[in-house]
Amino acid sequence: MKTVLQAQGLGKRYGRRWALRDCTIDIPAGHVVGLVGPNGAGKTTLLKLASGQLEPTRGGINVLGGRPAEGPAQLAKVGFVAQDTPVYAGLSVADHLRLGARLNPGWDAALARERIRLLGLDPNHRAGKLSGGQRAQLALTLGLAKRPELLILDEPVASLDPLARREFLQGLMEAVVEHELSVVLSSHLVADLERVCDFLIVLVDSRVEVAGEVDKLLATHHRLTGPRRDPDRLPADQDVVSARHTDRQSTLVIRTDAPIHDPAWTVSRLSLEDLVLAYMEKHTADNRRIALEVR
Amino acid sequence: MIEFHLDTKSGVSPYLQLVQQVRHALRLGVLREGDQLPTVKEAVAQLAINPNTVLKAYRELEHEGLVAARPGVGTFVTATLTDTSLAAHGPLRLELRRWLAKARRAGLDDESIEALFMTTFRHTAQEDIA
Repeated sequence: MKTVLQAQGLGKRYGRRWALRDCTIDIPAGHVVGLVGPNGAGKTTLLKLASGQLEPTRGGINVLGGRPAEGPAQLAKVGFVAQDTPVYAGLSVADHLRLGARLNPGWDAALARERIRLLGLDPNHRAGKLSGGQRAQLALTLGLAKRPELLILDEPVASLDPLARREFLQGLMEAVVEHELSVVLSSHLVADLERVCDFLIVLVDSRVEVAGEVDKLLATHHRLTGPRRDPDRLPADQDVVSARHTDRQSTLVIRTDAPIHDPAWTVSRLSLEDLVLAYMEKHTADNRRIALEVR
Repeated sequence: MIEFHLDTKSGVSPYLQLVQQVRHALRLGVLREGDQLPTVKEAVAQLAINPNTVLKAYRELEHEGLVAARPGVGTFVTATLTDTSLAAHGPLRLELRRWLAKARRAGLDDESIEALFMTTFRHTAQEDIA
């Protein structure tokens, strides 16, 4: 299967601070990938490394079989819509399309015109006068008309109202069907991405906590509730992601490929949001442990 | 043609919700043999969901023998669910009503009735599997 993004021990440091550490992932093509994590976790850094706007400090990254931004062919394959979907306020909608055509060898002018028409945008309108939702749709149109194999979007819906958010994702998903493109999009809210992504990467504090196909993640993670128990005494094939205890009860989130036979546990499904939160919780707990050990 | 909707808080996975909605429409006769389901692009554009979710739902329905895909055209209904089971709905509902009245007389409130039904339902479902 074709790989869309592959990273091996990838890291990026700004001065003394690591914005991304030990990132090793392998994303097959044909997915809509959600990159989720709190603000400042390193999402933008990873996306900029993938699009070649940043150089890695350590490790390597391969996008669609090439090194990011290594030449015109590679640049044409990858589209990038930056945070808050920026446009040129002083230029008209038509100017944006002309600029897109001038800058991109594979520009699909018919697609761009048709999308603008369907959105009901006036080509003579200045981009600065558009609503937030319309601006986002214009930026998406530019990204799609470039006809990339991979479209990267950094927090595209964060500043949009719920209706504009829905419309933006509708347009994006329609394009995925029509042009068979792979998509990587980030958000600090998993709820924004829950419906659209089928591959998830959880990034916390510059590290990848978990990555995989959403169906597989949901099938292998379970919430166990039962009488209080030491998590260390679970079967070896059950990895504890998070654990909470009261004096009598334990609630664990575990990852396992095997069925759970212990009758003492009540096993329940996790939502994608709960799964992400469990990993964030794990991360905080691990950090606390490290801090204690150092002392 | 039917229109899909999604309840993100139901805990039922999106693909299964689509499958259930088609089955439901078949049972009620809203969808009949020969009817076309929304194309993947239509469903995706309407719900803002991942295309693979729709494909998975359609594959499942195909596997159940309810629909068939005609490449390049779309997915069409090939069976109906309104046959024998629909006739049984009336008497079953009547019995259920009697049972509900009995449960109320015994002092069960709505929540207890629901809990009793769901645990019994799950229990028998599990026994059927085992």
